[in-house]
Amino acid sequence: MGSESKGGEEKNEVPSILSPFKAIKYLFKKPKTLRYPSEKKEPSPRLRGFHLNDWDECTGCGNCADICPNDAITMEEIPEIEAGPGEKNERPKIDYGRCCYCGLCVDVCPPGSLRLSKDYLHIHSDSETFTSFAEDEGSESGNFLPEEEYSIFQANLNHRKEDNEGFTPDLEYSLFEPERVSMPQVPPEERKLSFIEQVVGYSKKEAEKEAGRCLECGLCEDACPADMQISDYVTEIYEGKPDESLRKIYEDNPIPSICGRTCMKPCEDACSLSTRGEPLAVRWLKRYAADSIEDYLETLNPAPANPTGKKVAVIGAGPSGLSVAYFLTLKGHKVVVFDSLPDGGGMMRMGPPPYRLPVESIDKDVNYISSLGVEFKFDTTVGTDVAFKDIRTKYDAVYLGIGYTVSRSTGIENSEKCTSVLDFLRENKIGDGADVGKETIVIGGGDVAIDAAREALRLQYMKYLGEKFKTKTVSLEDWDKMPAREEEIEDAKAEGIEFNPGWGPKKVKLDDEGKVKGLLCMKVKSVFDENGRFSPTFYEEKEMTLEGDMIIEAIGQKPDFSFIPESLTDKLDFTERKKVKVDGDGQTSITGIFAGGDIVNLNMDAVNAIRDAKTAAEGIDRFLQH
Amino acid sequence: MPERELEMYYGPQHMGMVGNFSITLSVEGDRILEAKSNPGYLHRGFEKLMELRTWTQNFPLVCRVNVIEPHSMEMVYAMAVEELAGIEVPERASYIRTLVLELSRVASHLFGLWAYANMLGFDTAAQWAMYHRDLVLDLFEDLTGSRVYPIYIWPGGVRRNIPDGFKEKALDTLHKIGKKVPDYDSTFFNNRLFYDRAEGIGKISTEEAKDLGGTGQILRGTGVEFDIRKVDSYAAYDEMDFEIPTREDGDAYSRIWVIRGEMIQSVHIAMQCLEKMPSGSVYNRPPNPFKWKIPEGETYVRVESSRGELGLYMISNGGDKPYRVHFRTPSYPHGLSILEKILVGESIADVGNIMMSSYIVAPEIDR
Repeated sequence: MGSESKGGEEKNEVPSILSPFKAIKYLFKKPKTLRYPSEKKEPSPRLRGFHLNDWDECTGCGNCADICPNDAITMEEIPEIEAGPGEKNERPKIDYGRCCYCGLCVDVCPPGSLRLSKDYLHIHSDSETFTSFAEDEGSESGNFLPEEEYSIFQANLNHRKEDNEGFTPDLEYSLFEPERVSMPQVPPEERKLSFIEQVVGYSKKEAEKEAGRCLECGLCEDACPADMQISDYVTEIYEGKPDESLRKIYEDNPIPSICGRTCMKPCEDACSLSTRGEPLAVRWLKRYAADSIEDYLETLNPAPANPTGKKVAVIGAGPSGLSVAYFLTLKGHKVVVFDSLPDGGGMMRMGPPPYRLPVESIDKDVNYISSLGVEFKFDTTVGTDVAFKDIRTKYDAVYLGIGYTVSRSTGIENSEKCTSVLDFLRENKIGDGADVGKETIVIGGGDVAIDAAREALRLQYMKYLGEKFKTKTVSLEDWDKMPAREEEIEDAKAEGIEFNPGWGPKKVKLDDEGKVKGLLCMKVKSVFDENGRFSPTFYEEKEMTLEGDMIIEAIGQKPDFSFIPESLTDKLDFTERKKVKVDGDGQTSITGIFAGGDIVNLNMDAVNAIRDAKTAAEGIDRFLQH
Repeated sequence: MPERELEMYYGPQHMGMVGNFSITLSVEGDRILEAKSNPGYLHRGFEKLMELRTWTQNFPLVCRVNVIEPHSMEMVYAMAVEELAGIEVPERASYIRTLVLELSRVASHLFGLWAYANMLGFDTAAQWAMYHRDLVLDLFEDLTGSRVYPIYIWPGGVRRNIPDGFKEKALDTLHKIGKKVPDYDSTFFNNRLFYDRAEGIGKISTEEAKDLGGTGQILRGTGVEFDIRKVDSYAAYDEMDFEIPTREDGDAYSRIWVIRGEMIQSVHIAMQCLEKMPSGSVYNRPPNPFKWKIPEGETYVRVESSRGELGLYMISNGGDKPYRVHFRTPSYPHGLSILEKILVGESIADVGNIMMSSYIVAPEIDR
């Protein structure tokens, strides 16, 4: 035994035979063994035991079931749960015969409703009890008991201890990325000087990174009125194939360049990532797909359909008119679109300011639809330039996508001196540029009002640079109730627009020459009555005057049906909410006349118009085959 | 061929066999003429299963390859994934990993000590070892939420930060184990009865060990200072001050003294980790688990597990799952080629003794 030991430990040459007897001293010490269960050992706070799930927080997205390496989780439908947007009425059920307690489900749960508890004992004579819904304390099952009623001898999935939460989700360590890739934007001080597009758009790298956040749970798809295949087209972007992505988009939405900039994005509200983080930037990703393809026709190259010989007239080249024309053309019908404006896009061309939706983007979508063989008759007002009854006789079916084209007026004293918002926007987009006052007042708190205010500010910068000027808005609704989108309000505030929420217009003040010099306002008491209907009341005595030389009324729009001959107007049925009544095929009460878009749905946005158009295109196709 | 040669099976059902393993012995009297290892009782197809699961889903699987030391398994897998995917690990996470790996080495050695001492009949030391291993498992429970399968070392760092009060508890446990060393010595390592049973048996020379792929205690027991932590440092080992215990004789007694020295070194390293632990983040989030694809490539990474060189060879073909995973486990050469070599000429009574001193565990041989 001549060897050297390294590591600083000494040992005897030949160990002693007596040394083990030193252990005898332990005979007189207390044993370390726990007398379980009378002597309990409290599990660690992080222990990974049976699941807990807060059913109110759980969205039923199913990511837990997808990540589970053992397929231990199944999503089961709970008929009692009424699932709203961004939710499914499914909840995870766990087979503990398969579960390995790894907790991947916890770290991938977007709302953080799924946790693990410190319970891990299941003693039961029935093997069926091994499968159980993950549920929470306070749930109706009564499976969770207070300390005094709990017995370790009966511990099982139906007999669990209260306040026994173990491994919990932590956003810092989540498997998904809660923060979105920030969208580069032109700063307020630069963008307010011109109509430059505010949102710069994702680069390839940014788009792929953002698309990589998608968990593919599909809650967005349930929320999208146009049934877009969001998970699929986002995945294509992630895989670096924007052309494939655009192809997927075009299956459901023929105006991606427009929608990629202006959609009201119900998908993002439904996104499971939004429960604890920021939703996936679905809209910007759609825009990325549309923008990264130069030539739609070359990329999409749809197979030409066999001509059916049928002709369809579409009145209105807005989102619903464009979409119905696109879908019907793909089915082989000849489509002619009439519009009184000189270009396609309808309200999308007239309304959204160029800093949000540049004209080139509208042209890109419209031109592609045109290149498929859709005939556009612009500058053609139905009723004036062409009679509606001629259209009815010449075409096999007619689609009304006329939108809301007439501005409402406040009707207050001297309101005829005000500018209507649609005239203002139209002049600015299509005409030679609208006039703008040095102190412009916009009445209204909706998106259109904010658009008008922000456009007016830009015009002021272009016209009065170096002088003193101001744009202000006044709205009945207070900050929290303002119908405009929050991001729009924030952007407008950042650009220096003054807000006067909670005031109603009373009278337009005129100077001696009869020119506008201000708006007399009164304080709003309430906007809606007890039934939730619009019926504003005011404190007549609390007044305020806003100085201004131009007033734009942006309090809402209405449709114009005057082109329809009287003989037919009586036959056209409306709903209680004054919308055109259509059946499941999008057909109105008059056979052969279909309708969609703002005159049909209450949401009054582009994506709902596309939904209507899809329904009507199917309906018209069926109608034409009979 | 000797006249009275007899073939006999040692395991898998044998009092002296630890684990699901068996050896076919050709004996004359109680002298072993030839030994043939029979693996296969514990084949679970892990490497194949891993090809069917995503990069993230493999974590709950990979630790299960070797129940005795799941942390090293997680570590090699995380290292391979990080290398192929190009993921950086925060400094604090490297320290936590080092801490976990050293605690794991202590737990593993204590488990081995229990098995070895128990088999030879030194039950007192064996029970102590089991108790002390349990104290380390308590630490794992606090840190990871699980006593045995941690699923803690992730790509990009570790899964959670160290909880409050962990440092104190860990130091307390490490001191408890350290203070017990004299008792372990007197009842086991320096016990004359153990010395007589282990000295001079299962001898192997440095050259033979190297030729047959021996690493860990097998190689260090012959006097070679070979340790992956030093020669190919990973985690935060290059920041740690420690020595590599070696012995010259290459027999069972040498190997067990190397293990004893290692345990003491591990306790020291763990203490250094706790003292020097930098602050900061412990996790760089890897890509979305449902979309994660790793660029095409292949790699071989290795760590010093408690048994020797544990390596992982991994190929990615650019997909969301590994194309091929192969473990280079230390027990594979130790349990097959080396064991067959060193058993020759020994007595039947020493088979279990030699096998356990070589620290062979069946789940590493079969995967």
